[in-house]
Amino acid sequence: MSSPIQPGRVQEAYVLTPEQAEEVERTDGATPPPAGESRPRRRRERGPALSPLGRVLEVVRWVLLLVCSALFLYPFAWLLAASFKPRGEVFDNRLIPQTWVPENYVQIFQELPLLSWLGNSLLVAILAAGLVTVSSSLVAFGFAYYRFPGRKVLFGVVLATMMLPGAVTLVPSFLIWNQLGLVGTNVPLWGANLFGSAFYIFLQRQFFLGLPKELFEAARIDGLNAWGQFWRIAFPLSVPSFVIVFLFEFQASWNNLQGALIYLNVGSAEGYTVPLGIASAMTKYDPSTGGHGDYQYVMVAALIVTLPMLILFAFGQRSFIEGLATSGRKG
Amino acid sequence: MSTTTAAPDATRPGDPPGDRRTRRKRAPRTPLTKSQRREALTGYLFISPWIVGFLVFTLGAMVYSLVISFSRYQLATDTARPVGLANYEALFEDPKIGIALANTLYYAVLAVPLEIVLALGLALLLNSARRGAGIFRTIFYLPKMTPAVATASVFLLLLNGSQGAINRGLAAIGIQGPQWLLDPAWVKPSIVLMTLWGVAGTMVIFLAALQNVPKDLYEAASLDGAGAGRRFWNVTVPMISPAIFFNVLVLTIAAFQIFDQAFLLFHRQTGAGTSDASLFYAIYLFDQAFRQFNFGFAAAMAWLLFVIILVISLIQMRVGNRFVYYESEDAR
Repeated sequence: MSSPIQPGRVQEAYVLTPEQAEEVERTDGATPPPAGESRPRRRRERGPALSPLGRVLEVVRWVLLLVCSALFLYPFAWLLAASFKPRGEVFDNRLIPQTWVPENYVQIFQELPLLSWLGNSLLVAILAAGLVTVSSSLVAFGFAYYRFPGRKVLFGVVLATMMLPGAVTLVPSFLIWNQLGLVGTNVPLWGANLFGSAFYIFLQRQFFLGLPKELFEAARIDGLNAWGQFWRIAFPLSVPSFVIVFLFEFQASWNNLQGALIYLNVGSAEGYTVPLGIASAMTKYDPSTGGHGDYQYVMVAALIVTLPMLILFAFGQRSFIEGLATSGRKG
Repeated sequence: MSTTTAAPDATRPGDPPGDRRTRRKRAPRTPLTKSQRREALTGYLFISPWIVGFLVFTLGAMVYSLVISFSRYQLATDTARPVGLANYEALFEDPKIGIALANTLYYAVLAVPLEIVLALGLALLLNSARRGAGIFRTIFYLPKMTPAVATASVFLLLLNGSQGAINRGLAAIGIQGPQWLLDPAWVKPSIVLMTLWGVAGTMVIFLAALQNVPKDLYEAASLDGAGAGRRFWNVTVPMISPAIFFNVLVLTIAAFQIFDQAFLLFHRQTGAGTSDASLFYAIYLFDQAFRQFNFGFAAAMAWLLFVIILVISLIQMRVGNRFVYYESEDAR
């Protein structure tokens, strides 16, 4: 079941309203908040308006930012380097390998069924994200635009389920899927997404509430039924919030280790998703469990599982950051 | 109210309960008109996927979990035999539960403050940077995009006691690094270190909060002669206190469920040379449920965790309410 109540995912359960998101976007780039047009600001950057103390502080800030960036980037650089090294050099910590072994990238496909893991992960992530986007959006539309008895209470329940620790439903969910005969298949990894997910319902409802209601009013008068109003008006207009929901759920699903451990570990290795596959590879190569310490393959796999996320982030950066939380005012 | 289908919802999650009371008084159950009934039916239809999912996978699962926690569950025959309080008694007699709880609490107490301080520090740096903030923000955010398996694979080698990059780096500045992954005392700090690498989610929330602080407050404080330190404590901290509170709450809940990193580093195999130092609550729960198949015991564990998280969250909310400043409470 993929919902933001899974362990480690709770921190994502917070949203910016579109205006706030825009505010973040607007103010956080190169433009410092102090009001004024860009020209006077630029002049200040050049120096003369900065006091000597201000200039020292500016340098200190830059040094701190650069040092922090180096620390945050180092593991990536190390990972990239290690993935090109032979077994004996994986540990030598050089950022430029002494011996280049690009063959690692070919051999890994003989060593591990990485291709089928990637296929499984991709299928699961697309199904999980696609289904949750559509279902949450339907539910959100119902909560946003229709009055029905119990709506307030029901929406309160939606919000309450966001706070529920995933551990509580772990065992019963497994038993439910087991009784349906679906343990060992990847259905449990996306099946529950058919029913929407609290955080995304909340997020998309906020978005729908921001749409002008006259639009729906007019459509209704023109004879468009409820489904049409959703499908032809609300749906196309809410692409921005869909992108956020899709990306968030895709990421969550792509990274989902615990679900794979519970539902896929029973089957053959070909059926694994990448996280489970890499976990098994870590054990396979671990010298303490009889492996030969071929950690370079683990590094290649780690890089390959990270790459799609980095590409996704490159395109959807704005959405990822917008979707993330702010303010605590509603916490 | 006529047949407006598109009437937007005036209620917010934070609506005071008083609101509901007045509403109930105002509208004693008058039968719905035909069009209202239609509207209600449409609404229910739209939310029906969630209702089904909630009844099965949330409410149903919770009730089921409660039943199982009072039973001995046989997976082979799919039967639950009631055993009364036996699972809960076992819970309190099992010394590993105490160890797991203590480990988890230790981890949370160590990780949450460090995460808050680092995230706030980075957010302050980014917020004051005159240019390039977007690039740095991206750099800090990248680890958050890295799957836990990849993070763990890398840190497994970075944290290696004799050859790992972290200890070699420490050695270069004359510090003898610990045996991160082998010394029981350093197991939890190792996982904290990995957690800190992915602190960007928390940072972004702080960044958004910082950018919402009205600038004239700083100007006013400066005019009153407040230095940078005073401005931070008397303006910034109160103004972003809702974000601090939110992050503490959410990070604590997450810390109590720490699983992936500990599993990957120490618990991929049952009892494979691991000390109890890395036995976190979620790890032990997973072990009991999906390796020992003690579903009843695991369900009882889950409920204990639920109660603990609930109590801690309630305490935090109580304490938080005293310190958190909500600027626009009246405006909303």
